[in-house]
Amino acid sequence: MKPPQFDYHAPGSIEEAVTLLGSYGGDAKVLAGGQSLIPVLNFRLARPGVLIDINRIGALSFIREADGGVAIGATTRQRMIEGSDIVGRRAPLLADATRLIGHLPIRTRGTIGGSLSHADPAAEDPAVVTALDATMVALSKRGERRVPASGFFRSLLTTALEPDELLVRIEFPPTPAGTGTAFVEISRRHGDFALAGVAAQVTLAGDRASEVRLAACGAGPGPIRLAAAEKIVRDGGASAASIEAAAAAAAAGVEPTSDVHASAAYRRDLVRAMTRRALERAVARAAGGTR
Amino acid sequence: MTAPRKITLTINGTVRSAEAEPRMLLADFIRETLGLTGTHVGCEHGVCGACTIIVNGEAQRSCLAFAVQADGATITTIEGLAASDRMHPLQKLFHECHALQCGFCTPGMLAAALDLVGSHDRLTTEEIRTGMSAVICRCTGYDGIMRAVTAYADQLGKLAPAKG
Ligand SMILES: Cc1cc2nc3c(=O)[nH]c(=O)nc-3n(C[C@@H](O)[C@H](O)[C@H](O)COP(=O)(O)OP(=O)(O)OC[C@H]3O[C@@H](n4cnc5c(N)ncnc54)[C@H](O)[C@@H]3O)c2cc1C
Ligand code: FES
Ligand code: FES
Repeated sequence: MKPPQFDYHAPGSIEEAVTLLGSYGGDAKVLAGGQSLIPVLNFRLARPGVLIDINRIGALSFIREADGGVAIGATTRQRMIEGSDIVGRRAPLLADATRLIGHLPIRTRGTIGGSLSHADPAAEDPAVVTALDATMVALSKRGERRVPASGFFRSLLTTALEPDELLVRIEFPPTPAGTGTAFVEISRRHGDFALAGVAAQVTLAGDRASEVRLAACGAGPGPIRLAAAEKIVRDGGASAASIEAAAAAAAAGVEPTSDVHASAAYRRDLVRAMTRRALERAVARAAGGTR
Repeated sequence: MTAPRKITLTINGTVRSAEAEPRMLLADFIRETLGLTGTHVGCEHGVCGACTIIVNGEAQRSCLAFAVQADGATITTIEGLAASDRMHPLQKLFHECHALQCGFCTPGMLAAALDLVGSHDRLTTEEIRTGMSAVICRCTGYDGIMRAVTAYADQLGKLAPAKG
């Protein structure tokens, strides 16, 4: 199949893009890396009247240290994120997760902003921003809006972005010293979307776990923060028993569904196993100082 | 504005210009407009990898980009690998290692492998296996492909010793 006809705009600036979005609204789609949107067009599952290609806007592609954390432009390619020293140091969980997205030729084009705006329930990036409490910054003719991850993902493939809003950057908070991270997932073949996955970030202070962040993908209509499991490790430390209890709490707290790829029960069991593995790996990295 | 636009790009060292409607996929532009049919099209949704080409030095799916987006780009397809009648070293290794049967996946395999090896200083066989899963082969069982790409990494001094 071939894509349906559309009007095509490739603005050179953020202002131009936002003006175009403001005038077309719901009839326009933003084209970022195209790794999710173009398959949809090729199969004619959507027929937007207008495509606004944001790939020529240089100001949307950057990785910058900011306020002790890192700010990443919406069209920054996943390939650039995976190889970035700044991301490796400032947001190591994002670096871990990005390597698991599709294949290298997909990450050549795919962008972090596209992944977050698309909000596939099995995608890695939404789970990472959820675990880390990152902030999505959206821009429209009406001005700038900062949306915390906890309020960004609304339901299946649906975010808080309005039709006239452009996601412009994502801000990640600082990673404390003594932190280890891990993103662990199961997929049938490398590069496929995960059946389920868990993002973990643990900060150790002596024998206490002073900060614990956990989120799951593939286990509900969107990314799920595993708050009960976090609390168990924060209160009970990083012992094997406490990790096992956290894994059980994580499995109890998700809402997986059954589809052709896996049953809900299997996905729930995966969340338990992935939570345990992710916590073990993150704790080992925190203790070893390797992040 | 669905009217055709003029696209100028450098493909396999030659500057080419042609018109394309915005909805024309880069893969179709290369095959049908430029007549370079070595780039194959399988699934048209990014999964099979047959259409993988090298754009500005990096492998990507040509079925998941529009031709208009490649205006000004530098592209290498399978036709650009051999120097006159001398095969590229990786092509030669594919030949020697029996890394192809029907050949449908081969243009994509070569593009993915060149980028994988080219963009890394060191690669373990495990990383090569993961990287080459970017393209699906229905014939070979991947064994010959793994041998060819591993030998290529080794030729360039990039093969890391197996861990543990
Ligand atoms: C074979 C294959 C395997 C894949 N495997 C994985 C995987 O394992 N994990 C994973 O997470 N993803 C996977 N993906 C998808 C991933 O590569 C894409 O990064 C992501 O889903 C979309 O990013 P994009 O930049 O390509 O966005 P696009 O496809 O360009 O856009 C996606 C959607 O977001 C909107 N949008 C994009 N940017 C903005 C913006 N700045 N502001 C507002 N709206 C915007 C678009 O209008 C569109 O609706 C895979 C894709 C393929 C083809
Ligand atoms: S045809 Fe492009 S990946 Fe299959
Ligand atoms: S050689 Fe036939 S698909 Fe790979």
